[in-house]
Amino acid sequence: MPIKRPSDILPSAITPRPFYERRRELIKLLAAGSILGPAGLVAACAREPEQTLGLQKLENVKQSPLSTSEPPTAYKHVTTYNNYYEFGTEKEEPAVHAKRLKVRPWTVVVEGEVAKPRAFGVEDLLKLPLEERIYRLRCVEAWSMVIPWIGFEFNRLAKLVEPTSKAKFVEFVTAYQPESMPGVRLPVLDWPYVEGLRIDEAMHPLTILAVGLYGEVLPNQNGAPIRLVVPWKYGFKSGKSIVRIRFVEKQPKTAWERANANEYGFYSNVNPTVDHPRWSQKRERRIPDLFAKRETVIFNGYGERVASLYSGMDLKQLF
Amino acid sequence: MLLSPKTVSTLKAVIFLAALVPLGRLAAGASFFPDWLGANPAEFITRSTGDWTLRFLLLTLAVTPLRKLVGWHWLLRFRRMLGLYAFFYGVVHLSSYVAFDHVFDVMEILPDIVKRPFITVGFTALVLLIPLAITSTDNMVRRLGAKRWLALHRLVYAIAPLGVLHFWWMVKRDITEPAIYAVILTALLGYRAAVKMKERRRSRPAPGGALPQPRANA
Repeated sequence: MPIKRPSDILPSAITPRPFYERRRELIKLLAAGSILGPAGLVAACAREPEQTLGLQKLENVKQSPLSTSEPPTAYKHVTTYNNYYEFGTEKEEPAVHAKRLKVRPWTVVVEGEVAKPRAFGVEDLLKLPLEERIYRLRCVEAWSMVIPWIGFEFNRLAKLVEPTSKAKFVEFVTAYQPESMPGVRLPVLDWPYVEGLRIDEAMHPLTILAVGLYGEVLPNQNGAPIRLVVPWKYGFKSGKSIVRIRFVEKQPKTAWERANANEYGFYSNVNPTVDHPRWSQKRERRIPDLFAKRETVIFNGYGERVASLYSGMDLKQLF
Repeated sequence: MLLSPKTVSTLKAVIFLAALVPLGRLAAGASFFPDWLGANPAEFITRSTGDWTLRFLLLTLAVTPLRKLVGWHWLLRFRRMLGLYAFFYGVVHLSSYVAFDHVFDVMEILPDIVKRPFITVGFTALVLLIPLAITSTDNMVRRLGAKRWLALHRLVYAIAPLGVLHFWWMVKRDITEPAIYAVILTALLGYRAAVKMKERRRSRPAPGGALPQPRANA
């Protein structure tokens, strides 16, 4: 009998639903048999215990309905398989070299088309109400992870500086520390690494500034002390170790566009129908799977929430 | 230096086994020690087998210059095995791409080979290696005749550059590693070109000498 594969698999359907339900049962079971009070705490315990780097713990973190119920990728993979070219172009290099990144003192300058430009110390940003957001992360290199980020919505920060009507785009400038970043000696990219979003993309509730993962502050290789996370776009759009946020009128030129505009567009939404010249985007490999058995989902499965941002746009032209 | 038949067969066994070590490490990592292959084992396997394909190709091409420059003529005894290992790792490399990246979906793989220049050149290089592997036996050398066999095996002068180009075009930004392979390959092929030029110059008459004579081997 021929086995027919449905043409569009929803992300929630990729792992069979009974699996999730059993997972919930397990959580309930633990909750029932436990004297642990707050539901959030129980959920955190129900997750497989992870050996972390033991960094500073983040307290009073709320759970979010915007989190996926997919099982998070192991901490060791999240923190040892990184694209952070300032520390080398091999995936394992950032975990080794990023120890040298100087993350304190750290200020994030927010400026441009805003009524109240301001420089924030990262300690102040850590005091904002934090949420855990378990998001899928899809790299342009056709692999993906599920990461329990901790952070706050970008629009919260925006409110504090009051963007003007001229603010049509947001530019994110990341750290450039030649003394601690061995990778910037090579002209691999035009340093510092710059990324950008359209203002409505930046203000979308899914767009967060992350300050932690797995309950702790960010390891340096994951973009400490503060980074962008835009879950429906390829990973490179989510700039790490941000030092400057500029609200601007014109579309910023991103580092990858400057390097290779034919391969990396400004939007770079996850899209199985727009192939990258080096990688087919039809399927993806969930780390640490051997086989790339998952079909890529448009907007990385966040289409329900973000597709309306792009209505009327030809996403094959504006990739 | 002349090696005794016994030394040759011992050395052959040693090289044969040593050349299997990279594969053994990948197989052990994939089956028992996931930490060896890191977060993306498929990428590790594909990259590693690709690296070894290029390394064996370069080793094969290093035999002639080493014989002529250092006088290690005995190296010739192992060249076939090195070449066959290049083919072997190339086949494993392609297989891991077919299996892990595309889950054997032929309708996805064929357009991928045509569409992506770096895959096109890599695939071409491996296909061109097939006739060389097939005609690597003593029997085939005899059947083809030395002259035709040599002519066929000059294909490697196209295959190796295609292989390095494949790596170069695959890399996103940092071309350090493919550049190292390219430098070594240029030296190995450049040596041959230099020898050829020298020979040609020698066969040409000295300026002001007699009229050009028909070349003996023309």
